[in-house]
Amino acid sequence: MVRILPQTKAAAVNPLKSSQPLGAALAFLGVDGAMPLFHGSQGCTSFALVLFVRHFKEAIPLQTTAMDEVATILGGADHLEEAILNLKARTKPTLIGVCTTALVETRGEDCAGDIANIRLKRTDELAGTEVVLANTPDFDGAIEEGWAKAVTAMIERITRPGEQARQSKKIVILPGWNLTVADIEHLREMVESFGLKPVILPDVSGSLDGTVPDRWITTTYGGTSVEDIRELGTAEQCIVVGEHMRRPAELLQRLTGVPYVLFRSLTGLRDADRFVSLLSAVSGAAAPAGVRRRRAQLQDALLDGHFHFGGKKIAIAAEPDQLYQLASFFIGMGSEIAAAVTTAAMSKILEEVPAQSVQIGDLGDLEALGAGADLLVTHSHGRQAAQRLGIPLMRVGFPIFDRLGAQHKLTILYQGTRDLIFEVANIFEANGHAPTPEALDPLRKREMPDELRPSPLARH
Amino acid sequence: MSLLRAKIQDVFNEPGCEKNRGKDAKARKEGCSKPLTPGAAAGGCAFDGAKIVLQPITDVAHLIHAPLACEGNSWDNRGAASSGPTLWRTSFTTDLTELDVVMGQGERKLFKAIREIKEAYGPPAIFVYPTCVTALIGDDIEAVCKRAAEKFGLAVVPVNAPGFVGSKNLGNKLAGEALLEHVIGTVEPDDAGPYDINILGEFNLSGEFWLVKPLLDRLGIRVRACIPGDARYFDIACAHRARAAMIVCSTALINLARKMDERWGIPFFEGSFYGITDTSEALRQISQLLVKKGADPEILGRTEALIAEEEAIAWKKLAAYRPRLEGKRVLLNTGGVKSWSVVHALMEIGIEIVGTSVKKSTVEDKQRIKQILKDDNHMFEQMTPRELYAMLSEHKADIMLSGGRTQFIALKAKTPWLDINQERQHPYAGYDGMVELVRQIDIAIHNPIWCRVREPAPWDCQPAVREELPRTKSETAALHVVQEFAGTTAGDFGEC
Repeated sequence: MVRILPQTKAAAVNPLKSSQPLGAALAFLGVDGAMPLFHGSQGCTSFALVLFVRHFKEAIPLQTTAMDEVATILGGADHLEEAILNLKARTKPTLIGVCTTALVETRGEDCAGDIANIRLKRTDELAGTEVVLANTPDFDGAIEEGWAKAVTAMIERITRPGEQARQSKKIVILPGWNLTVADIEHLREMVESFGLKPVILPDVSGSLDGTVPDRWITTTYGGTSVEDIRELGTAEQCIVVGEHMRRPAELLQRLTGVPYVLFRSLTGLRDADRFVSLLSAVSGAAAPAGVRRRRAQLQDALLDGHFHFGGKKIAIAAEPDQLYQLASFFIGMGSEIAAAVTTAAMSKILEEVPAQSVQIGDLGDLEALGAGADLLVTHSHGRQAAQRLGIPLMRVGFPIFDRLGAQHKLTILYQGTRDLIFEVANIFEANGHAPTPEALDPLRKREMPDELRPSPLARH
Repeated sequence: MSLLRAKIQDVFNEPGCEKNRGKDAKARKEGCSKPLTPGAAAGGCAFDGAKIVLQPITDVAHLIHAPLACEGNSWDNRGAASSGPTLWRTSFTTDLTELDVVMGQGERKLFKAIREIKEAYGPPAIFVYPTCVTALIGDDIEAVCKRAAEKFGLAVVPVNAPGFVGSKNLGNKLAGEALLEHVIGTVEPDDAGPYDINILGEFNLSGEFWLVKPLLDRLGIRVRACIPGDARYFDIACAHRARAAMIVCSTALINLARKMDERWGIPFFEGSFYGITDTSEALRQISQLLVKKGADPEILGRTEALIAEEEAIAWKKLAAYRPRLEGKRVLLNTGGVKSWSVVHALMEIGIEIVGTSVKKSTVEDKQRIKQILKDDNHMFEQMTPRELYAMLSEHKADIMLSGGRTQFIALKAKTPWLDINQERQHPYAGYDGMVELVRQIDIAIHNPIWCRVREPAPWDCQPAVREELPRTKSETAALHVVQEFAGTTAGDFGEC
């Protein structure tokens, strides 16, 4: 049974988290013609925007209600209305995704009421644009919660409720935020190869995949269409990836009766097998030859790669579902989890993480607990810890700003698992130490108990 | 808060700023930033601005008292360089949770956080930044800082610039006020000398101040404090004993320069290390100010000798780029080109300026631009992304120099682009920096990807080949087509 250790420090050192509204904005960015809007001071938006741009290397549509001092005292409803109308006039989005911030939530603003009023008052002006609200204060949760709340909000607001005639080949997929652009593309191809028609919400593969359009577009271009969100209820089956997506899936089921199957992770041979079995069962088709071939390649990668994993100590810091995904992957390859750090204690998945304990904390905790590990696994901000500890860093999650192509890295199903095995094995290959007589001296080794490893307190 | 209000009014009243002097009392009260339009605003908040100014102080622990986003989404994101301590790159935040906010535990958590940092890292000072939420719930940051400073025996500096009070620029100024109030003048140096200067508003981005400092070293001029680039807390605490100051980024810290002049009699001038003539002028003015304050006048001659020597080398290096860059068209799209000597140097080697934004330029700036460009059609107040995109995709410029905000407009229009703002990767200050800028323009414009990336896919627009292929029945004819096809490709490569 894993122990979940609460954070006890007053000063978070090197945050692991990105904020909740950022997660919600990311989900809205997976919708075609969307414009996420932060309800807060302009800095909230500016920081998130810069971080998105550093990660995706793309122009990112993201706006602010620009709360100033007066609005902070008197309330931000006017700013919200003005922002929505300005966005509508300037960018003609099909969806405006309002994400609240700590500022308006601390004030206790009734944003849902405000938006209802705005919709009522401005029906004509807002025709053709859905306004969706996600309550995402920064003082709560992180990307995972924000992403899930935005998806829940979109289903609640847009999806047509009630039992509907089902299209037997139509599958709804609600992916967790930790799936990359490449993952979503791969997922779609896999589902289509069984003759099924997937609708993916959110679909960042259409909007954040780094294409070069032939004109300047101020909203997202590509992603799930609002029309498709409206019609989610006509699907035969819903497939959910990640525990944090359970809530939107349950809502969809409650509203429309579409049943869901939840995959905590799609990484690793067993989970990929389960996924393919499900597709096969739903479609009534046998797995195509290409899928068989990918599976055989993964088998071979397991055989070739496992030498590099056995006995290795891995220190991971990631949001709950991604922590589970990665820890399970490494355990499944014969490594042990030396440290597991995550952002928030709310997720049920933490109880399933294959580690002795999970620390709710930051990269300072990872650095303290991960000393002596063979590999650090976290986002780009782990680079300082990796350098100080002299341990290689595998970059996962968000943000990854000091490597190109993070969104095009495949991490799921047979092919993604194969790629992950190669990536990790290559990191170990590149960082191997040549044997020296000193390191191997049997007498010297006896005098080197574990305590002589770098102390967790010795920072800098 | 009323104190903060007064401070904001104070920084809006800036005798050192000509633009500010040009306003009437009422306009002045409204400050220098234009009111923001919800849904159409860009740029950082006051907290962002304050942190930008102070964060490069390398041995200080910067503690952000806020819910996660303010620090969690923004840390370790600037390219300032340190020659020693790395503590400034470690991020500290109280990461306030809902419970902290509701239960009013903010102040206690902050105090504990200061203790933890003091015990684990032992920095000479901790800078504490409240933000929107902690200002809104009324945490008394100044009191906590004061108490912590007494209890733990180190400097704990409150930097009061919550996001909602205004723009990044206002935050810059409030940061300067925090230094004045709590840091500068708190330590007496035992080595003050006649050649000590301060450099204000220099951020040492990509280490670019290190392109300038050796020149000062050679003249025997000591940089008492460079604020904030690669600064140490102690240096800033002693900065009041400098004899003269140069202010590099005037919009950010002019209030600091003026008040240091008033309080400690440190005369300052506004200068720039961008461009050759400006760098020379800066060196000259530093020496002149020092002489005015009692330094040996022989330094003036040495300065001129150094300038002559360095300028000659730089112009010679630049001349080598003329054949490659003559006639190339540059679009400048940055808030306000602080240094017209950059433009001057670019034109000197035959580069044409086809447009420049004057959004943040003063009337005087505009006059100068007119003089230099001899055509005010090239000046624009502000271009919308769509207009900019249209201009670039019609190939009306060979390269755009701008900040990261408009990067993707250029790239998506398949136009070379060079970052000349804070996220830039290359140092552009001083004589070598100007040469580097021109070298980077050359590299960017002449990259072979530009012709490749602008071509449509050949299989999308070669109906001739497509039609011909099925008709070529005999083997020899088919071979001929393939050869011809291969030939075209090779030829295309040759053209680039």
